[in-house]
Amino acid sequence: MGRTRSSVGAARQGQCGRCEIEPLFTRGPAHTTRIVFFVILSLLLMTADHRYPYLERVRAGLTLVIEPLRWLVDLPYAAAGRLVDSVSSYRGLLAQNQDLKQQNFLLKAQLQKYAALEAENMRLRELLESSFKVGDRVLIAELRQVNMEPFTRQIVLNKGSEHAVYKGQPLVDADGVIGQIVHVAPYSSTAMLITDPSHALPIQVNRNGLRAIAVGTTDPDSMELLHVANNAAIEPGDLLVTSGLGGRFPPGYPVARVTQVENDTSAPFARVLAKPTARLQRTREVLLVWPAAQTQSTPAPRPAEVEPASE
Amino acid sequence: MNRQVRYGGWFIWLSIVVALMLSMVPLPDSAMWFWPQWTTLVVIYWCVATPARVGIGVGWLVGLLLDVAHGTLLGHHALGLAVVAFIAIKLHQRVRVFPLWQQALTVLVLVAMDQMLVLWVKGIIGTSPQTWTYWMPSLASMLVWPLVYGMLRRSRRRFRIA
Repeated sequence: MGRTRSSVGAARQGQCGRCEIEPLFTRGPAHTTRIVFFVILSLLLMTADHRYPYLERVRAGLTLVIEPLRWLVDLPYAAAGRLVDSVSSYRGLLAQNQDLKQQNFLLKAQLQKYAALEAENMRLRELLESSFKVGDRVLIAELRQVNMEPFTRQIVLNKGSEHAVYKGQPLVDADGVIGQIVHVAPYSSTAMLITDPSHALPIQVNRNGLRAIAVGTTDPDSMELLHVANNAAIEPGDLLVTSGLGGRFPPGYPVARVTQVENDTSAPFARVLAKPTARLQRTREVLLVWPAAQTQSTPAPRPAEVEPASE
Repeated sequence: MNRQVRYGGWFIWLSIVVALMLSMVPLPDSAMWFWPQWTTLVVIYWCVATPARVGIGVGWLVGLLLDVAHGTLLGHHALGLAVVAFIAIKLHQRVRVFPLWQQALTVLVLVAMDQMLVLWVKGIIGTSPQTWTYWMPSLASMLVWPLVYGMLRRSRRRFRIA
């Protein structure tokens, strides 16, 4: 195997004695055919991925390749977190422990009252022949610190289909709703935050039950309510909770607080902005929720003086 | 057509893996726009240096892995990187003899072209960013090119990858 003719490639000097340039101009047309093929393939894949669910398995399979890389990128942050924990002073830990015990005590006291309220709620719903729900099942997942596409609010979790995570599953943290799962792989999953511009969440105002849809904006700390009438009874400071419409998110979880209401009578709808209650950008752990199925109560037929449920 | 023994393929894949990891490093939103496009740079280098080995197919595959890593539509970045690989292969004979600054300018144009294709698709699906800082990664990639070129070329000569 001698040196190839160097009329179509630059000859290489230096230590690289064995680097030979294969003449490419005999393969010219093949490149054009190849790029056309790959462009068409890419367009087909994008259309399929955007509109149909056929490619989820492919994505899950490829995620297995990416998963170790994500773990490696996350490693410094996870290790730093653990290091900070292990060098905390004894006094610091003692103070933190005391603080947590107090919080736990207060929360337990409040929980007693909640148990009584829940029982009363169930009894009242039975009286009204309305359905009631049992508690939701939850699972804690951790975020991987990896960079996703900018301007789309997506996060990666360390739980996947092996842990019964499913597409569309809601996520919450201690303070409110975070988002829902969009892609599932065996040992990890990707979730979209409620502040993503392409995410829409059915909410209702806690105070008066007014229903609306909250969508994300490009601002990571703000959501906008769609189609709110100009004379709607909504004002800054109102708490927005999930309404449960659409079946994706269980009802009653806090979502956001209204920050701004603009009533422009020349526009068809009011412009309402809200700030999410969950700590979206700063949270490291999330709760995956399995919304409980609605269970229908089966009471005996009631006399006519009791009003039927309006649910 | 004689097929020579091919060395060092592992290093090509290692550089691609490192570039993918660099693209996933979490940065604050403000700094993210100034991060170079490592995967595009690495694909450009190998297409220019070893076009017989790293071609449009490899570029497309790297783009697909980038799509999975970043949660975008499958084929989104693959389209951009395949086109960049195609142009890099077409120009490889000229680019290898360019002085470094001229290579950097070519890299600027190639990365900007990749960004334009990605932006085009984003416009169609509705997630296009509204800021001019979207184009900053092209500039950052151009500035980082001498470093990438130097490191990969030294390794290529050391491991005799052809």
